[in-house]
Amino acid sequence: MNDSKSEIEKQIAHRNRKNKRFKGVIIAATIISTLPLLFILFYIFRQGISAINWQFLTHLPKPVGEAGGGVSNALVGSILILLVSCIIAIPVGIVIGIYLSEETKSRLAYYCRLAVDVLQGIPSIVIGIIIYEWIVRPMGGFSAFSGSVALALIMLPSIIKSTEETLKLLPESLKEASLALGVPYYKTMLKIIVPTGLSGILTGVILSISRVIGETAPLLFTAFGSPFMTTDIFKPMSSLSLIIFNYATSPYEDWHQLAWGASMLLILMILILNIISKIVQSKWKVQF
Amino acid sequence: MITTSKAGSHFISYSINKTKQLTTKMMKFKKSILPLLITAFALASCGGNNSQKEGNQDSDENSNGILGAGATFPYPFYSKVFDIYNKEKGIKVNYQSIGSGGGIKQLQNKTVDFGASDAPMSDEELSKSPAPIVHIPTCLGAVIITCNLPGDPVLKFTPEVLANIFLGKVKKWNDPNIASLNPNVKLPDLAISIIHRSDGSGTTYIFSDYLSKVSAEWNAKPGKGKSLNWPAGLGAKGNEGVSGLIKQTPGSIGYVELVYALQNKMPAAQLKNKAGNFVAATLQSSSAAANIDLPADMRVSLTNTDDADGYPICSFTYLLLYKDQKYNNRTEASAKATVDLVNYVIHDGQKYAELLGYAPLPDAAVKKAEAILKSVTYGDKTLQ
Amino acid sequence: MIPAITFKNNGINFKEKAFKKTLTLSAIVAVIILIAIFFTLLVNSFPSLKALGAGFFYDKTWDPVADEYGALPFLVGTLLTSFLALLISTPFSIAVSIFLGEYYKKGIVAETFKNVIDLLAGIPSVIYGFWGLFVLVPIVRIIEIKLNVPPYGVGIITSSIILAIMILPFSVSLSRQVISMVPDHLKEAAYSLGATRFEVITKIIIPYTKSGLFAGLLLALGRALGETMAVTMLIGNTHSIPTGIFSPGNTMASVIANEFSEATGKIYTSALIEMGLFLFVVATVINIIGKQIIKRFTL
Repeated sequence: MNDSKSEIEKQIAHRNRKNKRFKGVIIAATIISTLPLLFILFYIFRQGISAINWQFLTHLPKPVGEAGGGVSNALVGSILILLVSCIIAIPVGIVIGIYLSEETKSRLAYYCRLAVDVLQGIPSIVIGIIIYEWIVRPMGGFSAFSGSVALALIMLPSIIKSTEETLKLLPESLKEASLALGVPYYKTMLKIIVPTGLSGILTGVILSISRVIGETAPLLFTAFGSPFMTTDIFKPMSSLSLIIFNYATSPYEDWHQLAWGASMLLILMILILNIISKIVQSKWKVQF
Repeated sequence: MITTSKAGSHFISYSINKTKQLTTKMMKFKKSILPLLITAFALASCGGNNSQKEGNQDSDENSNGILGAGATFPYPFYSKVFDIYNKEKGIKVNYQSIGSGGGIKQLQNKTVDFGASDAPMSDEELSKSPAPIVHIPTCLGAVIITCNLPGDPVLKFTPEVLANIFLGKVKKWNDPNIASLNPNVKLPDLAISIIHRSDGSGTTYIFSDYLSKVSAEWNAKPGKGKSLNWPAGLGAKGNEGVSGLIKQTPGSIGYVELVYALQNKMPAAQLKNKAGNFVAATLQSSSAAANIDLPADMRVSLTNTDDADGYPICSFTYLLLYKDQKYNNRTEASAKATVDLVNYVIHDGQKYAELLGYAPLPDAAVKKAEAILKSVTYGDKTLQ
Repeated sequence: MIPAITFKNNGINFKEKAFKKTLTLSAIVAVIILIAIFFTLLVNSFPSLKALGAGFFYDKTWDPVADEYGALPFLVGTLLTSFLALLISTPFSIAVSIFLGEYYKKGIVAETFKNVIDLLAGIPSVIYGFWGLFVLVPIVRIIEIKLNVPPYGVGIITSSIILAIMILPFSVSLSRQVISMVPDHLKEAAYSLGATRFEVITKIIIPYTKSGLFAGLLLALGRALGETMAVTMLIGNTHSIPTGIFSPGNTMASVIANEFSEATGKIYTSALIEMGLFLFVVATVINIIGKQIIKRFTL
């Protein structure tokens, strides 16, 4: 009897040890997975901090090989291209999201959903090719506008999905209460349902913005880049992501510095957007 | 569910109140964001409006902005000259160095005002273009061979050894073929890593043109071109990328335009030219290489020059324009602006070439360039 | 459902109709955009499809000078980097999913790590490439010198490592959800029989969520196949089939990025677009399969 008892005890102890070891392995693996992020952020901040100064933010890039210069045109370019793509993508995305949240059974909704899923998976370089063929060539030139359209196509699926999910979570009773009172359908949607789901929709919009702000591939042959400050969206424009790509692969030390500074700017903007989205999510959320 | 019970009506009033609160909140938000969006959009379209005010219908051609793209070879030179041009004349020239292949393609697609290429377009490329294109040389550059070895030694190469290295037949630095040419250099027992261009490059064309002339094996395969099927090595984008990668990879060898080596303090090897002399790439040896009869359309190869003092891998670099500038919605003003720019580059701009390490155009070349520029027309009007 | 009842008031009637029409129209627009994308890719690939046929996929010479376009090296490069990245990231992604889905579901630890993983997903590709160029490449170079391999630094292994880091958040976000949704009664039944947590995880949770985990990996794979910028900066850009994980190579996406703006000649451009078409089709298929699995799983 004593022998078999210790056998079982040994087994249990063994299993308990395995259990503890496993937990340790999981925790270790998780920490290792988060290390790259810390390394990247730390490295970028260390290199970028020394690059960011007033000249960096307000000057244009200098000719090749000359010291100094800044990224003012790229900063403005990034924001402007983003703004135009928001103007294109947000209304369209929200409308399609409303449609998908309302219609669940029709054939069109099925195909639309499929289309949105496929669109989400298209590599951004392929979108760049498409926009080059659709807009750049017929327009006869590169332009920030074509870059914005490309970014809008990339933003669209996430805006649509988050709008759809948010609106689906709202209770039917809200809509039906409004309809029962005689409010027309369109007013119900636009003035009651959408505002109620605003936090979720906005969160989706902000997250999709933070996703495309760093996109480079679709801008390579659409916005093309420019060493000048320009606000004309029908001309080529620079962007932070483009200059990081160009400067990083160059041999010039000061260009590398500029690229680090630009990387830090981008990461800061993404961090801020993420924080804003979390605030929006928590403060404006309507609980049912 | 809607019921007539008390709970139901409470619920309805609750919902209505809540949504009222939210709509007012949203209205406040709208009030702040909307003007911002409107101003931003107005700014953006204002930029577009400006071009319209200057009397142009199309929005991408604007006499206050010229768009060019192409070779990375002369990029330091162009970037300086266009910067000076902007300061002197107030005209913005946006030049993107995407490689000679890119310059040619974008010009063929008519998405840029001018292209730039070190490799003159072949007859086949010209025949595939929608309209005749002229080549205007702007300066002379040299393609040098640079390496990343301890001590940054200046090495000597013969054409045969160079070809064998790039063919992948000579694999280590301390190979006797290299050592015999460089008795005073301690060559390490390190593998040779070849760095070439990953994009369509005029610099590649110039280099492969030279190799095709001096090595029958190279001529057979891979031959000469802007994008090659390299037997070995890593690719990097642009002269910038190649020099960047060489600087970081020990034991690497690659070909870049002279200016990139100068700016990055990388050693340039001396090559044995056709006459048998080991020549370094300098302004003099580059100019000497151009000491030949130049054809009227200036599409000429200067590599493996006969001149005794000439550096064997030199080339003109060209700006490419359509002979007839009247295409698409191009205005006469745009055409004149483009032609004026090119004119500036081949005359006043030349003084910046030497400062940066490019050889200025010899007089004979300038004369031929002027003649070509005079032949550029807008419809039937000449622009010069 | 959009209600069929409308009011007879003319003004509102018009607005009602307009609104409903706009909704339907927008959905049609979404479908049209997708079809248009597919057709643009297809039509522009015709010249090379006709000229090269199936040889495009097993010809290993990409020689624009000779007008020969074999995409095999890039196909190999794409598959190699993506699967290697998946291999590297899978153990970590499953570990993190278990961490977040089972051990730390709520609380400050959970929130912190969730945010960290989300941030990883938010870093732009070009910054990953930039960081990889200056931090990862020298490290790989040192390793290569120790292993007596040409010290390129860039190459298949470097780009695979960066890809693995980049795709981790995508598989984690899905896997974490499915793991946390395992019904409590299954787990409790096992605990009541004396199972340790380890045994519950490996014998109950993982088998139960197998298809969900697989879907997460598929989605990560789809992302890896199309990733462009970081790979272009780190893969070495060579037109030959990689001979080992330390050799340079090329992926379809990075070839397009490098050569598209300068491809002259109809067949050259068309060949590049054909690769874009291939990427589109493969990414779509993987995406759809993944979503189908998720749908079946959550039903």
